[in-house]
Amino acid sequence: MTDPADHARIAQQFIEAIPHARALGMRVDEIGQGRAVISMPWADHLVGDPRTGVIHGGVVSALMDTCCGAAVMAHPTNPRSTATIDLRIDYMRAATPGQRITARAECYHMTRSVAFLRATALDDDPDNPVASATGAFTAER
Amino acid sequence: MADRNEPLHQIKSRRDSALNALVSGVPYMTWLGIRFDRRGDELTAILPYDAKLIGNPMLPAIHGGVTAAFLEVTAIIELSWAAMWEDLESGRIAPDAAVPDSLPRLPKTIDFTVDYLRSGLPRDAYARARVVRSGRRYASVHVEAWQDNRARLIAQATGHFLMPQP
Repeated sequence: MTDPADHARIAQQFIEAIPHARALGMRVDEIGQGRAVISMPWADHLVGDPRTGVIHGGVVSALMDTCCGAAVMAHPTNPRSTATIDLRIDYMRAATPGQRITARAECYHMTRSVAFLRATALDDDPDNPVASATGAFTAER
Repeated sequence: MADRNEPLHQIKSRRDSALNALVSGVPYMTWLGIRFDRRGDELTAILPYDAKLIGNPMLPAIHGGVTAAFLEVTAIIELSWAAMWEDLESGRIAPDAAVPDSLPRLPKTIDFTVDYLRSGLPRDAYARARVVRSGRRYASVHVEAWQDNRARLIAQATGHFLMPQP
């Protein structure tokens, strides 16, 4: 058995082993029971609109996708691996420049081979999400 | 009205510098290494392979988020390019990378749905977008990405965008 701190450490090692997650500076904040919280810092080179300094939507996609994948891997049925089948992102507002972005994903249904996910992305204003996502992921056994 | 006798180098230079201004103005595209190949008004986006794009080091495979970002970038540039083409050709605008105010404002993504068809291999990827419908306020764009074979897509996406208001 592993305690939650061990679990988070293992999850962080898992993230560090993903070159793109490392390149974006992702950090696992919480993980377990089909849920994951992963955050990353704002950075100059990730800006999508130079007039406003707002981060590119693609960065939010990468964070949401990673967070959903981590939530699948943290499901109690212990999938061996996972891959994205489809991911839809709704962009509700621009993320505030300079603030960390945090994604929270939840695996709300799991079948033998497919995981269904919901996720939201937040900046420093927790009541006003930046984006929300729904996705289907493979669950390999 | 297009001038039939306009020197070819002048036409190419106008189009290439406008495209360059559109692309080089976005730091995230530069960071990912995305470039665009232009044939007349047709654009093909190129994502050169780089180790930092990997999402699954075991396979290895390109990160699904990178694929999504690549598709979204391609859709936004195609949409801006198509929207500015008339103004560019008529000489009403002359986007210049060195003059930020000369760049058209970019459309904003409302939603974006990616359909992952094959895992992205550790090699270059290409994408082309098609503006399905572009109104004054909203636009719908479809985009496809592939690697070695044009017919074997690695992913496709549909997105809705809010057009910049004059």
